[in-house]
Amino acid sequence: MVEERHIFSVLVENRFGVLARIAGLFSGRGYNIDSLNVAETDDPGVSHMTIVTHGDAQIVEQIYKHLNKLIDVIKVTDLTAENHVERELVLIKMNATPNRRGEILQIMEIFRARAVDVSPATLTIEVTGDEGKLKAVVDMLRPYGIQELVRTGKIAIMRGAAK
Amino acid sequence: MVPRQDLRKKPFSSPSWNEKGFFDSSHSLCFRNAGEYSSDSVLNCRGKVVFSELNVVSILEEGEETMEQMRGAQLLIESLRREGVEYIFGLNGGAAMPIFDALYDAQGIKLIPMRHEQGAVHAADGYARATGIVGVVLATSGPGATNLVTGIATAYMDSIPMVAITGQVFTHLMGNDAFQECDIIGVTRPVCKHSFLIKSSDEVAEIVAEAFHIASTGRPGPVVVDFAKDAQISESIFRYPESVNIRGYKPSVDGHPRQIAKAVDLIHNAERPIIYAGGGVVLSDASEELRELAIKTGIPITVTLMGLGAFPETHPLSMEMPGMHGSCCANYAFTDADLLIAVGARFDDRVTGDLSKFAQKAKKIQIDIDPSCIGKNVPIDVPIVGDAKRVLAKMNQHVHHVDIEPWIRQTDEWKEKYPFEYQQRGDKIMPQFVIEQIYDVFPDAVVVGDVGQHQMWAAQYFKFTQPRQWLNSGGLGTMGFSLPAAIGAQLGCPDKTIVNINGDGSYIMTIQELVPAVTLKLPLKIFIINNMYLGMVRQWQELFHEKRYAAVDYHDNPDFALLAQAFGATGLRVDRIEDVRPALEKSKHIDDGPVVIDFIVDEDENVFPMVPAGAGLGDVIRGLA
Repeated sequence: MVEERHIFSVLVENRFGVLARIAGLFSGRGYNIDSLNVAETDDPGVSHMTIVTHGDAQIVEQIYKHLNKLIDVIKVTDLTAENHVERELVLIKMNATPNRRGEILQIMEIFRARAVDVSPATLTIEVTGDEGKLKAVVDMLRPYGIQELVRTGKIAIMRGAAK
Repeated sequence: MVPRQDLRKKPFSSPSWNEKGFFDSSHSLCFRNAGEYSSDSVLNCRGKVVFSELNVVSILEEGEETMEQMRGAQLLIESLRREGVEYIFGLNGGAAMPIFDALYDAQGIKLIPMRHEQGAVHAADGYARATGIVGVVLATSGPGATNLVTGIATAYMDSIPMVAITGQVFTHLMGNDAFQECDIIGVTRPVCKHSFLIKSSDEVAEIVAEAFHIASTGRPGPVVVDFAKDAQISESIFRYPESVNIRGYKPSVDGHPRQIAKAVDLIHNAERPIIYAGGGVVLSDASEELRELAIKTGIPITVTLMGLGAFPETHPLSMEMPGMHGSCCANYAFTDADLLIAVGARFDDRVTGDLSKFAQKAKKIQIDIDPSCIGKNVPIDVPIVGDAKRVLAKMNQHVHHVDIEPWIRQTDEWKEKYPFEYQQRGDKIMPQFVIEQIYDVFPDAVVVGDVGQHQMWAAQYFKFTQPRQWLNSGGLGTMGFSLPAAIGAQLGCPDKTIVNINGDGSYIMTIQELVPAVTLKLPLKIFIINNMYLGMVRQWQELFHEKRYAAVDYHDNPDFALLAQAFGATGLRVDRIEDVRPALEKSKHIDDGPVVIDFIVDEDENVFPMVPAGAGLGDVIRGLA
């Protein structure tokens, strides 16, 4: 079967132990989590998770059903098939001695990335975007020497009015 | 928020009583420094304040009953009483002592002390299986809690409604590697339906109500309630929720009408249909509806190990149990059928064999309350998510008799040609013969089976006619389940005869529970099918491991008859064929305590028919030549 990437948007009770239940659901069945992002929503009693995973259609269906089966899960939406917006934020600490800094800043400008910290030998960059843009910017920056790279994992939201 | 128990610790100004004995709520200065209290506690204080003789303050809402401050442990007992709990199976220990203390003189709830936590949890499980009522087990923290794990997993695999309550160390010690501390919520996470941690006595009533609701609705299952010791001791007001509403938990019980219509259409157009019913039918109390469906349509039916009795095995439409040690008829019918109507059955590997060869010619209808069970192993043409009882009742309104005469002739031919059969070997007691005799003497008994060869022989040779007549650990296959489960079943069904069919390997795993059985004078009939081996494993070694009998020789077991007598039970040993029947007859009349009969059976007998693991159902071995 063909493996596909899926983005699940999951509303959960904001309670201790919920993350462990979700993580256990995946680990106990040998399913993969590509990225997972979790934070409070507008309602402090509810948290939102964006889970990126992959598998064949049968596995993805099981993931969807098992997420729904958890008592602390309020709502699950598979955003993959829906019209949605996705974003990820990356912080990149570059090797950036003063003589290379100009070139790096030029690349940053093209991708609308921002400098958030600078030291004599490093430059830390913040850049937001979808998967394609982030891959492009990282590929461009890599030759200059990436010291450290931290990603938030994807967050995603459906376009238009709530169904 | 100020904990409610603080209210009674504060000194009061001299109270003034109104004529009803209520302290007038307008005296807002009943608390010195009322301003200390947060707006929350002021809210809690609206209504009236009562001083009882014990100087305990209760807060009353207008029109409500008197409510007193109680310790968390007492709140738990009150909550269990609201849930109608009759028995709690447990074993005392440090972090659960306040709860046991509250049970000491509790009215209406009986505490059944067991000898090992595993025994307690299986007893609660057996009670639940026999009655359909949520079983309750109570243990202390750490080792008490971890000893429950096997039993919780057993209940989870078979979807048994249960609430397992564990003591936990003081909240300020949690995470500090305190004495007898264990993260039991973490340990049990993959083997229970849900779990709760009570960290404050304020939460007790709500959590207990939710725990019972979750355990007993939808696809039932065990719920773990871990109860910190400080929350057991601190005090709160008892206020039990009238209803439970969990926004993330709304099982769908009514099948979709369009799906039901599709199913009915398939049924009416099938030529070789079969009904495949499982434990879900028993759990949803849908046996009547199942009988109606089979009899009204005239479709032959096979019932799994977990569902035995949901349809009478004595009925002409019954093809008996399917699967690895099931009837040839059921397995051949799976292979040739053109329509499969699965009801509360989950296409377990022990039923299906090799999935690539399973029911390849059949369209499949699956009725299940758990959406994740549908299409998990086998693609389904008509999925129906819903409660078996309700869905079958709807279907029954629309189905009519189907004309499948040639198919019935075929299944009847298989039944006649390949019944369950065994050969007498010399003057040995054949295990199947013992089961046949047990059936003959106790046809209406509730049979609690353990796990192994004897379990399969019991499933094959005892003809079950009623739901909840056959209790066994089908999913997890937990050896040692049956003796404690029989204790729970007997307490739940005091008017029924409980027969425990056990193996020599499984019996000794929880033999200590003979103590409470004797103490409680339970008239259990405990029949050991003793072949001096871990028989099912020995069978696999014989067939698949070149007769290398590693770790299965149980000839060094003690004399179970003498041991039973040492426990204070009646113990009999039977090693001659002619003594089988008289011993069973004798056991019938022993009703002042358990009777253990050790049947010394042929050591070499194997369970047949057998579909080897990984083979297709068509490749059944009917017996060794």
